[in-house]
Amino acid sequence: MSDVLVLVGHIAGQVGKPGLELLTLARRLGDPVVVCAGEADEAAVETLGRYGAERVHVIESDEPQEYPVAWVRALAALTADVRPVAVLTESTPDGREIAARLSVRLDGGVLTDAVDVQAGPDGPVVTQWAFAAGYTVTSRVVRGVPVIAVKPNAVVPSEAPVTPSVTRGALVLEEADRRTRVVSRTARESTGRPQLTEADIVVSGGRGLGGAEQFALLERLADALGGAVGASRAAVDSGWYPHTHQVGQTGVTVSPQLYLAVGISGAIQHRAGMQTSKTIVAVNKDAEAPIFELADYGVVGDLFEVVPQLLDEVARRRA
Amino acid sequence: MNIVVCVKYVPDTGSQPRFTAEHRVDRAGGRLSELDEYAVEQALRVVDTVPGTRVTHLTVGPPAAAEALRRALAMGGDAAVHVSDDAIAGSDAPATALILAAALRRLSPDLVLCAMASTDGGTSLVPAMLAEHLEMPQLTFASEMSLDEGGTVRIRREAASEVRHLAAGLPAVVSVTDRIGDPRYPSFKGIMAAKKKPLETWSLADLGVPAGRVGAAAATVVDQITARPPRAAGTIVPDEGEGGRRLAGFLSEQKFI
Repeated sequence: MSDVLVLVGHIAGQVGKPGLELLTLARRLGDPVVVCAGEADEAAVETLGRYGAERVHVIESDEPQEYPVAWVRALAALTADVRPVAVLTESTPDGREIAARLSVRLDGGVLTDAVDVQAGPDGPVVTQWAFAAGYTVTSRVVRGVPVIAVKPNAVVPSEAPVTPSVTRGALVLEEADRRTRVVSRTARESTGRPQLTEADIVVSGGRGLGGAEQFALLERLADALGGAVGASRAAVDSGWYPHTHQVGQTGVTVSPQLYLAVGISGAIQHRAGMQTSKTIVAVNKDAEAPIFELADYGVVGDLFEVVPQLLDEVARRRA
Repeated sequence: MNIVVCVKYVPDTGSQPRFTAEHRVDRAGGRLSELDEYAVEQALRVVDTVPGTRVTHLTVGPPAAAEALRRALAMGGDAAVHVSDDAIAGSDAPATALILAAALRRLSPDLVLCAMASTDGGTSLVPAMLAEHLEMPQLTFASEMSLDEGGTVRIRREAASEVRHLAAGLPAVVSVTDRIGDPRYPSFKGIMAAKKKPLETWSLADLGVPAGRVGAAAATVVDQITARPPRAAGTIVPDEGEGGRRLAGFLSEQKFI
C-alpha cells in the first residue's frame, strides 16, 4: 500500500484531537506517515501508533518561532522522498497556508475545508460544504500529489494500533524562509475549555445577551456541558466577547455534535459558521428569529429565565 | 510606493448561487467581494500617509468582473487591470494564483494587498500562493497593519491560541481581515471619477501564461454539487415557566446530559 503524509504539526505534550482525526482519514487512503515537530516523546509516538501511524518523522528545529511557511520546505522534501498518494493537513489558517504553498511547490492541486475524505478509483474523493454550507461538493485533485486540508470534527478518531518506526531530521531553513519575521508570539490565557473548532458542544451568545457580563452565564452553561463558548458577530462587534470566539463567515466555522444558540437571531453570516452542526438548539425571545428554522429544538422565551433553569436542571439531573 | 490590491468579482452573498453544467459558479450579476473592500481601504490609507503612493486594483475574471474594479476605483486608487480570457473560465485557486502572479510580476508592486478570503470560494489559499510564486514574504490575516519608512511592513495576527506580531521587508504580500478597519463608501464624486480612471484588459498571451495551464486544465475537478437538504423542522416550544426544564429533557434524550 502507498504512504499518506499526515502533518500533525507541533506536538506539545499530548497529540491533539485533529491529528488523530487526520490519521483516521489517512488510513482510508494508505499507510499514514506522520510529520511532526516538538516533543514527540515515547507517549506521543505511542498515541500516534495507536491511531495507525506506520512511521513518525520528527522534524527537529532549534528555531521555536519558525513561521508556518518553513514547514513547506520540509514537507516538499519528504513528498519527493516518500511519493505519497496524498498529503493531509488541518484546515486551520496555518494549515491552509501550508497546503497552499506546498501545492504550488509540487505543481499540483489542493482542496481545503474537507469534511470527508474517501478513497476512490481516481484518487481521494473530498467532500466540502460550500456557499455558507448550503451546498455539498465532491471534488478530486487531478494533477500532482493531492494536498488536502481537513476541518476539525470531520471524523470521529478510531484506533488501529501499530508500532511506528521513528525517523528524525533537522529542519534546515534557508534565508527565503526567514523573510517573514516573528516579532512576538503571545499565548492566550487558557480558558480550560475545549478549542472552539474542536469542541463537541458549543454554547454561543448573541445580541440578546445584552452585555459582556452576561457572557458569564453562558460560560457556566458551557462548563456544565463540557463545551466551548462562541459568540455572534453582533456580540463581538459590541466588545462583549473576544473575536477569536466569533462563529460565522469571518470568524470560525464549527460543526459540533451540539450547538446551543442563545440570544442569536441567526443572520446568514452566522449560519454559515454553524449550520452543519449535528444538533442545533436555540433560545430566543423572538419567535420569528431565523435561527429557529435551523433548530432541532427551540425555546421561545427570555434567556435569563430559560438558561438559569436549564443550569439548575442539569445540576439536579447530575446530582 | 506601488500598491496592487487583488480583488474578486463574486456572486452576491444575499442571493442563491447558481452553477453551470460544468459545475462552475455562474458569475452573472456579481459584485466586488465585500471582504476585498477592507484591502482596498488599507491601500487608500497608505495613500493618505505615504506621499507618491500609487494604487492599482487587479482582478482575474469574466468581462463582467470589470464592475468589481470600477467599484474599487470608486472607493479610490489610480488604475485597474483586468485579466480576462475565455480560457480562464473554470480556473481553480492554483490557476488563479498563477495568472495573478504573472500580472503582479508585470506590475512589480512594493506591496500586494488581498482580503483574508473571497466570499464565494473562501479558501484563503491565494495570498499564500502568490507569496510562494513571487518569492515574497507573506503576512496574512492582518487585523492591524503598519508601514515604516525603512520599508518594513508589520502586522498583528490573531490566531486561535496566540497573538502574533509579524514583520517583513518590502515587497510583501499582506492579507487583511474584516477587523482591520471599516472600508469607506464610494462618494458620488468617486463614482464619477472612477469612470475616467484607466482600466486595462490583459489576455493570457499578454502575460505569457499558457492557456493549457488554467481554466479547464485546473488541478482539481468538481464531480458533484448538491444543495443541502433543508433541516427537518424542529420542535419549537414557548417558555411557559418550564422552558429550561423542557430543554434539559431534550438534551438528556439526546444524551448530551
